Amino acid sequence: MRVLLVDDEEKFVSRLAERLEIRGFESDWATTSAEAFSKAAAAKYDVAVLDVKMPHMSGLDLKKKLQEMSPDMKFIFVTGHGSEEDYCAGSREGFCYIIKPFKIETLVEKINQAMNV
Amino acid sequence: MDVFQHTRPHFWNIRASKTHDRLLFNYRRVWLVSIFLLLVVSLFPMSILMGINFKLAHEAISNENRLRTLRITSNTRRTITYFLEERLDALRFIVQGRKPESLTSNEELRYLLLNLKMGFGGFVDLGLIDQSGMQINYAGPFDLQGKSYKDQDWFTKCAEECSYISDVFLGYRNRPHMIIAQRWPVGEDGSFYVLRSTLDITKFITIISSLDLTAGSDAFICNHEGLLQTPSRHFGEVLAKITLPIPEYSPHSQIMEVEDHKGNPILVGYAFIENSPYILMLVKRSEEVMKGWYSLRDEMIWFFFGSSVVILIVVYGMATFIMNRVYDADQGRLKAMERLESSSRLISVGRLATGVAHEINNPLAVISENAGLLKDIFTFKKEYKEDPQLMELIDAVLESVERSGAITKQLLGFARQFEPSISPLHLKEVMSEVLSFLGKEPLYRNISVHMDIPEDLPVIYSDRRSLQQIFLNLINNAIQAMNSGGLLDITARKIQGDRVSISIQDNGRGISPENLKKIFEPFFTTRGLNGGTGLGLSITYGLVRKLNGDITVHSELGVGTMFVITLPFRFEGDIKDESLAR
Repeated sequence: MRVLLVDDEEKFVSRLAERLEIRGFESDWATTSAEAFSKAAAAKYDVAVLDVKMPHMSGLDLKKKLQEMSPDMKFIFVTGHGSEEDYCAGSREGFCYIIKPFKIETLVEKINQAMNV
Repeated sequence: MDVFQHTRPHFWNIRASKTHDRLLFNYRRVWLVSIFLLLVVSLFPMSILMGINFKLAHEAISNENRLRTLRITSNTRRTITYFLEERLDALRFIVQGRKPESLTSNEELRYLLLNLKMGFGGFVDLGLIDQSGMQINYAGPFDLQGKSYKDQDWFTKCAEECSYISDVFLGYRNRPHMIIAQRWPVGEDGSFYVLRSTLDITKFITIISSLDLTAGSDAFICNHEGLLQTPSRHFGEVLAKITLPIPEYSPHSQIMEVEDHKGNPILVGYAFIENSPYILMLVKRSEEVMKGWYSLRDEMIWFFFGSSVVILIVVYGMATFIMNRVYDADQGRLKAMERLESSSRLISVGRLATGVAHEINNPLAVISENAGLLKDIFTFKKEYKEDPQLMELIDAVLESVERSGAITKQLLGFARQFEPSISPLHLKEVMSEVLSFLGKEPLYRNISVHMDIPEDLPVIYSDRRSLQQIFLNLINNAIQAMNSGGLLDITARKIQGDRVSISIQDNGRGISPENLKKIFEPFFTTRGLNGGTGLGLSITYGLVRKLNGDITVHSELGVGTMFVITLPFRFEGDIKDESLAR
């Protein structure tokens, strides 16, 4: 199972990817949307974990683009913000919405749920 | 003072001790000043008018009395003068028409006396006296023929002044009489005659008694020496001396105000009867003549006091009523100001808190993931996994992150501007659900829960989730405050204004007054570091306000705490589909 992690906070996203690797997920990470596009173009991902608030392009817009590239991809949104708007949009657009900081087990559980494992 | 206890203004015992009160005015002072001013402006002019009226009425009535007395005196004087003049004129008529010699016949004299008695009345006898003072002829009931009047005062006076009226004197039969006399013109040789007649004073008495006087009044005639010439009611019989002062001569009727022998003020009308030694006196007791004045005065005084009492009551009532309204309105305004202050403080603290939470969540996530990875790495490397100290350290970091995360998430929930999703709800149902969330905790802690929500309470249109959270927070707090054997009382009642009032009451340890002021502030907790986050009640407060409700708390240390929430039965907003809620 391949997971793409996108978040502007490198120290966060890289560690998260590594931890998921340890738990048996093939994980790639990106800190910008451009990087995410190139990653998505190069390989096929089953799940994308996106930060809602990012510079240049929000997680929600990125999701639309990525969905065009691979319609089967599942999306999980994470955010440190957690405003009502965010929450509504995130839970509508994606499979689920998790507020930072979260336990790695929570994310693993949600990814598994998204993939119906 | 009992009446004052019931009617005194609401603010009577309030001292301007609170800071807010100093901004407003001193109600007690304003109240007293307004009562004083109102009383002065209403009573002062009334008193002045009253005084003027009093004086005018007194003067009018006393002038009227004087005038009336004067008029009666004057009229009576005329009658008496006329009576005397008439009789003197009768004698003059005889003197003018006849020679004195023609009256030396006793028969003629008797005939004249008879005519006088029949024509005028009051004549008792008639005598002819020659210049030597000898009564040379006499007709009448007494034997006076040959009596000499030579040395008598009246004879001398009559010889000088032509006619004469005497004082009253007691005659031979001890009956009061008076003498009138008329002289013939003096002859060339200096000889003259005098015609003398005795008059009965009964006629005088009749004239005076026809005045129809009241019991306290008196009318009489006295001579210039103050000897009574007619009987009087209060000053003695004929020839007694009156106790009143003898007035100075005046050609007109006069009034004098003196005191009688008992010191009572009296009004005396007097008139000197011309060509006679008589003074007519009409005596009235001031007390009696002023009777009309006294009753009017009493009426005026009663009216004045009655009006003053009415004015006093009305002024007191009005001032108290108005000042009570002002005071109550001010108190309401103060309360509203305080509430506004605290709710705006809560809002700004809330905003700050959520802002901080947003910013902290991201670094927290970084710490979490880095520590997590560290733990993962250690977990996968056997030599570190066996090191308990290392694991403990990392777990401590992760636990702290988790705890911080819990706080920031709650903070975010506190500020979240969600739209309530409104649906029809049965309060009893919602409350039962909340109680079921608590599970067996009350049972374990031996706390009995009593819920009294009437079955017929109308359905409330509100947000289920918010209500659940509100009730859960309050019930949780109540349970935390109670020891074993506590009692949790939950009631709901419909109140005025189409609202429902829900009270959650415990008999726990209560909240001190200083803490009570702060309980709705975020991060205020009494449970210490390991207890709550201090956000429960601020979230509850925010939720209740969002549902257009109100929350109040009453608490007493050692007795318990009661939270009362009032909510509208209908939340003013769109009713959303339940399925849209998260």
